[in-house]
Amino acid sequence: MTFEQLIFYILAAIAVISSLMMISVNNPVKAALWLVLAFIATAGVWITAQAEFLGIVLILVYAGAVMVLFLFVVMMLDINLVKLKEGFIRYLPIGVLAALGIFALMYMVLGPNNFGMDVTGEPVRFDANHSNTTMIGLALYTVHVYAFILAAVLLLVGIVAAIALTIRRRPPHEVKYQNIDKQVKTQARDRFEMIKMQPVKEKPVENKKEEDE
Amino acid sequence: MSNLHLILTIIMLAPLFGAIAAGLFGRQIGRKGAHSVTIGSVAVSTVLSIYVFYHYIFNGAETYNAALYTWMVSDGIRFEIGFLIDSLSATMMLVVTFVSLMVHIYTIGYMDHDEDYDHDNPYYQRFFSYLSLFTFSMLSLVMANNFLQLFFGWEAVGLVSYLLIGFYMKRESAVVANLKAFLVNRVGDFGFILGIAMVFVYFGTMDYQEFFDKLSEHEHTMMTFIPGVEWSVITVMVILLFIGAMGKSAQMPLHVWLPESMEGPTPISALIHAATMVTAGIFMVARLSPAYEMSEAALQFILVVGALTAFMMGLLGIIQNDIKRVVAYSTLSQLGYMTAALGASAYAASMFHVLTHAFFKALLFLAAGSVIIAMHHIQDIRQMGGLKKHMPITYWAMLLGSLALIGFPGFAGFFSKDSILLAVGESEIAGSSFAYALLLMGVFVTAFYSFRMFFLVFHGNESDYVKSHKIHESPKVVTVPLILLAIPSVLLGLFMIQPILSGSYFADAIYVLPAQDVLASVYDKYYDGVVGFILHGFMSLPVWLAFAGVALAWFFYMKRPDIPAWINSKCTRGNYVLQHAYGFDRLNEIVFVNGSKRLGHFFWKSVDMRIIDTGLVNGTVNKVSGLAKMMRESQTGYMYHYAFVMIFGLLGLLIWALW
Amino acid sequence: MVALSDYLIFSAILFTLSMAGIFLNRKNVIILLMSIELMLLAVNTNLVAFSYFLNDISGQIFVFFILTVAAAEAAIGLAIIVLVFRNRKSINVDDLGSLKG
Repeated sequence: MTFEQLIFYILAAIAVISSLMMISVNNPVKAALWLVLAFIATAGVWITAQAEFLGIVLILVYAGAVMVLFLFVVMMLDINLVKLKEGFIRYLPIGVLAALGIFALMYMVLGPNNFGMDVTGEPVRFDANHSNTTMIGLALYTVHVYAFILAAVLLLVGIVAAIALTIRRRPPHEVKYQNIDKQVKTQARDRFEMIKMQPVKEKPVENKKEEDE
Repeated sequence: MSNLHLILTIIMLAPLFGAIAAGLFGRQIGRKGAHSVTIGSVAVSTVLSIYVFYHYIFNGAETYNAALYTWMVSDGIRFEIGFLIDSLSATMMLVVTFVSLMVHIYTIGYMDHDEDYDHDNPYYQRFFSYLSLFTFSMLSLVMANNFLQLFFGWEAVGLVSYLLIGFYMKRESAVVANLKAFLVNRVGDFGFILGIAMVFVYFGTMDYQEFFDKLSEHEHTMMTFIPGVEWSVITVMVILLFIGAMGKSAQMPLHVWLPESMEGPTPISALIHAATMVTAGIFMVARLSPAYEMSEAALQFILVVGALTAFMMGLLGIIQNDIKRVVAYSTLSQLGYMTAALGASAYAASMFHVLTHAFFKALLFLAAGSVIIAMHHIQDIRQMGGLKKHMPITYWAMLLGSLALIGFPGFAGFFSKDSILLAVGESEIAGSSFAYALLLMGVFVTAFYSFRMFFLVFHGNESDYVKSHKIHESPKVVTVPLILLAIPSVLLGLFMIQPILSGSYFADAIYVLPAQDVLASVYDKYYDGVVGFILHGFMSLPVWLAFAGVALAWFFYMKRPDIPAWINSKCTRGNYVLQHAYGFDRLNEIVFVNGSKRLGHFFWKSVDMRIIDTGLVNGTVNKVSGLAKMMRESQTGYMYHYAFVMIFGLLGLLIWALW
Repeated sequence: MVALSDYLIFSAILFTLSMAGIFLNRKNVIILLMSIELMLLAVNTNLVAFSYFLNDISGQIFVFFILTVAAAEAAIGLAIIVLVFRNRKSINVDDLGSLKG
């Protein structure tokens, strides 16, 4: 077993175990953390396949941003942990059966018979100063430039949609909102009014106490 | 466009113009405007018809056959509006326009007041519009040169007749009567349109002339209705056409609508149910004489139907007490005579009777209407009596009309009826002696009921009603048409008998096989000048039968009124049969009305509600919703169920792909 | 050298596990969402592996875009979950049965 293989198997084992943990732990916070671990390990696997840029992106974007978002949401929601794993055991057998069935079939297709080293041949190995980022950049900004722009639009739409969905206008008696438009447009006469009135002579205050007595 | 063509077009379209003007703009032009425009337009038609009549009958013009307008040409068959003018249609045109004109004028007096309508309701204009529309329809029927236009006119007169019978639309009996007339006519028209369809199929033309030319080709063509039974195409076709005529001309058993149609205003009874519409069937058969001549079976059928109608309907006239119904049954009976004459191949005699009957029956109806006006719309003859001195003109008109009807020698009806009787007597086709016997009895019956009515109305003691009310003669607009109609009722026969019997009158229009030409033999045997014919009439049986009828009526109703009452009480069964008009209405009620009701009920309950509604329409819905209810169970709404199904689907797909 | 089949089987294992996660998890929509992320990761691993062995950068471009879409999807999915929780006070999968026919 070469060192490379060793690294691959270790990382793959970490990824598999942590994803197994992710689907089986009770607490969603822990599940998210296990998923982060699985992502990090998988990023390592990608790096062994010479996809260094994507591996870094996976760690930065997924483990860094998306998973933090998950954690944030999980912690924001007040979830009753006890009830969360009800029914897990009950559906375990059929779930495992289905998973094993799918895996067996996948193995038949993807296994060494079809995609072993002697079938595919050795992959091209780049030397140390080869830049995977440059390669992706070249392809991304030339051939796939429209798709790239569309992806940017998509992210924008995602931001807008997420905000639009979650924003909550609470009724005015609960929260006071600023109306900035109105504030800016305000003029002096809206605030200040001259009233003409007759001078009023105040009545002398009657002494009630005396009457009462 | 020749002169004649223009004249014919005006004759046909002038009444239509009047009808549209009075019908659509009745409120604007008012009552006076309405009757002026319709009478004016019909008068134009009448004058021009007189010209055409003169042109054809006295100057012997050539038969005129031309198309006015081609509607369409489909598969080589031309659908057009056209004119076939010869002595037959020229005569009919004159009759139609003349009687119509008389009726128009008379209507001014008759419809002046009507308790059924408010004064500002334009019923008056509407009535005139219908009258003119009817004239137009009838003219397009008689002037037609093709079956399509014939059918158009045929249906149009049916429609207008429906409108007019139900003119008093607030009376339930009138509405029932017009529905009945319409439905019974539909039965006949069904046969008629089948006949036209056969013409279309076998002859491939709608034009009369082409049809006549092709007749000989199909003399021996046979068709099969029921497997194993062969029918001659021409026989089936002409009998089907005759069924249409049975509906329009009220032959048994399709006569039931005519007595009911007396619910309409009296001018209508005169115009439609005496003079014109009912003769459409007779006219049609005469017009298609070449085809009828080729089928002896059809002629026998026509002869027997006509003779039966003549006698049995006359018998019913005896027991009627409504003045208009008496006249109506006499119309039925006379139509029977005409039909019988057709069956005996005496088309000319039949048309002759149509002609004389048109005048004297219109006269009788208008006279009856005059009586009704005087009696303030009481129609029961038992409440009348002794009207002679109050209404001299009506009295004389009625007397002349009745004498013409019973065939008093010298009057128009005598010539036509006598030629029919002689022709049927001469005829040698099967059933002719039976028919002859029936017709002879019919003469007696006719005389009896006509004079029964006449005596009861005008002679005898004045009834309480007559005593207590001031009865006076009708206005001029009523009496003038009576006088004008009385003239031809008396004199017409004198001039026409010779050309009719000799066959020269309708020579260009009616075709009779030489072997069956009974009129020719009548002419040879009995005719030696008008006077001789009248004298011969005095010596022959029918006239004495008529006299006997009159005498018996006088004896029964003037001398010994207790006898009819005694007979009534003795012959309850016969009376019952007559009162119910031989049960035709009952039969129709039971068989057709109830039958179709039950059939309708069956289709409604079983077919429509059970099979279609519950089974197909709601059944589909129920099945779909039931299935959907079952299938919605699979939609649990839980994501893991969908995921489960997806995974197993994927599993199945992979297994299928990898196998 | 690591063979292509090793990468593919690794990704198949991840995929199967995440599938089982979706299937077994009855109580928490967030874990469902995480499982979907894991599933995408497995697919991406396939693409990366093929890109490596075929020496074609397109596979990695694909992964790049899938990551973008997945990020947007995660954001919106979480937003929806927040909304659901706000309305129903629960993110229990069993409670979210309003799609029921």
